[in-house]
Amino acid sequence: MNDRESPGEIPSQAQQEAQAARLLAAWKTPTGWRYWSSVNNSEVGWWYTVVAFCFFLFGGVLALIMRIQLAVPENDFLTAEQYNQFFTMHGSIMMFLFAVPVLEAISIMLLPEMMGARDLPFPRLSAYGFWCFLIGGVFVCGSIFFGASPQGGWFMYPPLTSSYQPGVGADIWLLGLAFIEIASIAAAVELIVGVLKCRPPGMRINLIPLYAWYILVVAGMILFAFPPLIAGDLLLELERAFDWPFFDPERGGDPMLWQHLFWIFGHPEVYIVFLPSIALIAMIVPTFAGRPIVGYSWVVLAAVGTGFLSFGLWVHHMFTTGLPGVSLGLFSAASQAVAIPTGIQIFCFLATLVAGKVTRSVPVLFVFGGLASFIIGGLTGVMVAIAPFDFQAHDTFFVVGHLHYVLIGGTIFPVIAGIYYYFPFATGRQMSERLGRVIFWIVFAGFNVTFFPMHWTGLLGMVRRVYSYPPGLGFGWLNLVSSVGAFVLAGGILILVFDMVYTRLRRPHSGRNPWNAGTLEWSYEVPDKPWGIRSIPEINGRYPIWDQPDLIRDIDQGRFYLADAEEGLRETMVTTTIDATPVQCLRVPGPSFLPFWAAVFTGGAFIFATFYLFAAALLSGIGATIVILVWLWTGTAVIPERPARDVGLGRTLPTYNSGSQAVGWWAMLITMLGDVTAFVSLVFGYFFYWTVHADFPPAGMAGPGWVWPLVAVILLSAAWWLTVQARKWNRQNRTTAFYGGLAVAVLFSLGGGVALLAGPWTCGMDPTRHVYPAIVWALVGWTAVHVGVGALMQLYCAARRLFGKMTDRYDADIMNVGLYWHFLGLTFLLTSAVVAVFPLLAKRGQEGLTP
Amino acid sequence: MLVNGCSGPQSTLDPAGESAQKIAQLFWTMTAGAAIVWTVVVGLAVYAIKFNRGTHDVHQAGRYIIGGGVVAPTVVLTGLLIWGLALLPGLVAPAPADSLKIRVRGAQWWWRVHYQMPDIGGNVFEVRVADRQRSGRDSGIPESAAGSKPRDDAGPVAAPSAAEPGTRFFGLANEIRLPVNQPVQFYLESEDVIHSFWIPALGGKVDMIPGRQTRLTLVPTRTGVFRGACAEYCGTAHTWMNFYVIVMEQDDFSRWYRAQALPASEPLTPESTRGAELFLSSGCSACHTVRGTQADGTLGPDLTHVGSRVSLAAGVFTGGNPGQPSVDARDFSEWIADPARFKESVHMPRFGMLPDEDLRSLSVYLQSLK
Repeated sequence: MNDRESPGEIPSQAQQEAQAARLLAAWKTPTGWRYWSSVNNSEVGWWYTVVAFCFFLFGGVLALIMRIQLAVPENDFLTAEQYNQFFTMHGSIMMFLFAVPVLEAISIMLLPEMMGARDLPFPRLSAYGFWCFLIGGVFVCGSIFFGASPQGGWFMYPPLTSSYQPGVGADIWLLGLAFIEIASIAAAVELIVGVLKCRPPGMRINLIPLYAWYILVVAGMILFAFPPLIAGDLLLELERAFDWPFFDPERGGDPMLWQHLFWIFGHPEVYIVFLPSIALIAMIVPTFAGRPIVGYSWVVLAAVGTGFLSFGLWVHHMFTTGLPGVSLGLFSAASQAVAIPTGIQIFCFLATLVAGKVTRSVPVLFVFGGLASFIIGGLTGVMVAIAPFDFQAHDTFFVVGHLHYVLIGGTIFPVIAGIYYYFPFATGRQMSERLGRVIFWIVFAGFNVTFFPMHWTGLLGMVRRVYSYPPGLGFGWLNLVSSVGAFVLAGGILILVFDMVYTRLRRPHSGRNPWNAGTLEWSYEVPDKPWGIRSIPEINGRYPIWDQPDLIRDIDQGRFYLADAEEGLRETMVTTTIDATPVQCLRVPGPSFLPFWAAVFTGGAFIFATFYLFAAALLSGIGATIVILVWLWTGTAVIPERPARDVGLGRTLPTYNSGSQAVGWWAMLITMLGDVTAFVSLVFGYFFYWTVHADFPPAGMAGPGWVWPLVAVILLSAAWWLTVQARKWNRQNRTTAFYGGLAVAVLFSLGGGVALLAGPWTCGMDPTRHVYPAIVWALVGWTAVHVGVGALMQLYCAARRLFGKMTDRYDADIMNVGLYWHFLGLTFLLTSAVVAVFPLLAKRGQEGLTP
Repeated sequence: MLVNGCSGPQSTLDPAGESAQKIAQLFWTMTAGAAIVWTVVVGLAVYAIKFNRGTHDVHQAGRYIIGGGVVAPTVVLTGLLIWGLALLPGLVAPAPADSLKIRVRGAQWWWRVHYQMPDIGGNVFEVRVADRQRSGRDSGIPESAAGSKPRDDAGPVAAPSAAEPGTRFFGLANEIRLPVNQPVQFYLESEDVIHSFWIPALGGKVDMIPGRQTRLTLVPTRTGVFRGACAEYCGTAHTWMNFYVIVMEQDDFSRWYRAQALPASEPLTPESTRGAELFLSSGCSACHTVRGTQADGTLGPDLTHVGSRVSLAAGVFTGGNPGQPSVDARDFSEWIADPARFKESVHMPRFGMLPDEDLRSLSVYLQSLK
């Protein structure tokens, strides 16, 4: 037991082969049309990456068409309306369908291998996320072929998008992309749990590969940044579909609320896109410098610091909205501050290059090109962060230049470096080094010729989002240069795509670990086997392949953990969050079409709602709920055939965990943090209206009173208490109390939900009349839906026990439901306090003010 | 050479206003600093990748992190922040109380401009007390004589009709003239979606937000013709929402100002008389005001002195030269016949069904409204 870092006995050749055959059978990728039922991270990650890259090419084509339109003054290649659709789609696709998903996709593919895991903890969730992404993405992109695309800009500012664009475009944006945002959050939950719980034994928190650190930070940011946008989407769609006046100043609404919600998402978004690319650089640099990263802790702290700071900068997108000088100064300063952690990361990479001896190769070239470009974007970013300069530069082509230097320099170049670096990992084949250099110089030249002049164009006064311009303003030739550059850039990307396809199809397999890298993902075999890793090693350094001699050989011989799949089940390890001590042998589900169907029905619910076909949307939503319930019922918290399993090296681990030891519990916790963030964004909306109105709630306008909210609080608190008790009664096998308690809890939940809605209903609050009733309805509606889901969960737990799927010992279901109810408790208490108690306080405050 | 590259009627680097001047200076300094930083960092990267022979130890490399990643940026950014923000109060301060006051309201896709009537003191702008009480913004908005008004009364077309007795404003559209070296106070509002009011040569932009009033102070420092633009995407024809700013010597300005405040001149030729009649009979007056006539519509631009303006249709017609714009009668008739041809989705209906001679008469009449 004492020396786990050394591998176990070498199994005999026959034994090794038998183990490998069993592992192979368990992890076999389905063939034929069933291939698409795969859920393993290698397949899903690969599909995800390829599809995201296709959206990137599509978004790029839109950009090229726009550059044709802008090449000469007063061009009529596109109409204004077409151009507006194109720039809206270009931005939305690049952000929502490429930048965020591609990095999640790469992470799904890479992360388990990097951490010696066989799969992510929730393979079917990854598959569900992928199918949602594909369906939603095709739907949103497809709209452009019908001239029905959104045309409100990727920022969708109301009231333009709420009252002045009656077509279906804005609904496609709001619902289609909200659907994809939910998929992004699903992937984030998966990745967080993956990093925290599915590491190899011994990979303590200070030994995690930098990539995983970055992904942890980014997934956390997604978790807190996307929900405010989803809340905003909800409010804007409610205004469009049902005329609830959240952004209509005539009825107390305020368009500025959208800007706050959008940019609370939108600024972290920049770092959500940028940090994973830096993560790729953090993997590439040590490999080619031939030494470990210099300043590991600095990089980690800087990444975490960037994550936090990025939530405090959103107002710098709103410097020209007439804010008070104090706000301008404060947010200018915060925006400057974020440059410091970014600089630290760049200097850590430089220090590593300086301390090592660099092997020059295409990935290094793209990393260099990325840094050289990104630094320009960063420096212009510092410039626009100074509010006075932003007064001029804001909404001009200067900002277009700036943001493309940040995003192409900070994301596309590193991603291409990552493609070159990880292509052998993903396909077993290496791309051409010679062609790679040519591609780099074409792309680098094309990029700079396109975007560098834009700074100048903007300073000469050309505003953004214009489809044309008259001659004689001095920036005609600059636009022509940009357009020429765009085609050079596109040519480079085209050759890159060609070489990727050619390499995948035609080039021979390369050797194992061709770059001589030190991290665990390079232990894959050529050609790759579906099991991820032959046996899960014990780790004692940041670069295991460098640090532990013969590691790959020992892994291959099955001398570490889980070298066998005796039951023919897919298994991986769960370890503790800090020290990575093994705690569970996790069985992960295999291929299934359920995630696909769940995504189809979920997509249906969103897509039908886009066309205001609410009955069809509701039916589709019910379909999705049923499929998801079947999926949960058959595939989660399955009672194992034996309580523990010998995982090798003399260690026996439980095969089932519940509560905070279980990955499902962590997923619930993380999901609910995101959910509560969306709810808090709605509450923020309520108080935002309070700050902009002298009297809010408006005098003489009925509120929901305090009686019904009080009834709701009493009933829901009882339901909450009963749910928590039911956990205990289940453990104690007190079946009568358990079933009776849950039955009463369901009734109380439903009663409480109705009571919540009864407040505004009985007081005749009309949500179309004024923003006050509208926001009250939004809050109670949100809470009531969550109560409904909570009641469904209570029923689910009772049924699970009734059918022997949950027992006193195997109780993960009710533990997770209990956790859900804790968050629900927070939600309904806060809702009631805001809608019922706050008006009383506000009134008292008003009376106090008036003598 | 540099001067040529920076000039243009819409250039921020060819400043003609105090704010623009200060910001241009800030820009040049920051650009020089940025160039130095970029050269040093990228130079280090090139050295590390290309020339480095692996002779540096980790401790030495670690010093780069402290020096380059922490100390240098902190010092530089703090300095920049102090200097940059020191400019801020001057840029956002209100103009002195006796300054010229102009209210501009953005609408899809043109600018409604209101000037204070000449030689009358006090203020003429409505105030929405409810908007600013708690947030404390806009605290410098002058109170109107009528006192506070609830926001509901502000209405979408709160521009007071010029026909009312005691009016102290007059309206025009898509053109602003300013006296040189005099501070001017703009009050900015929107009639529909968010717009942004920007005269690059004079200073920074400020958004026009429905339900709010924002302010902008500018001080032009040299005479000339400058082009302004809507900087916030505001819908289909956002591209064609521009305007002209003409900075004049004080005397010229005063002359123009008094002339603009007067009602429209009587038509002098038979053709323009006919045009004036057509203006009323064809329905133009439902949307347009020509002060001194029965035309008092407020949906579209005030046309009282439309013939004196250097451009037409919010900067669409400039006689082919956006730097030295001019308008002739043919521009008017082309525009009236089919506005959407020049400005997609424009709210003005087409009048192409009118016979050519009617269009010509209308154009001559409008052109005569100097």
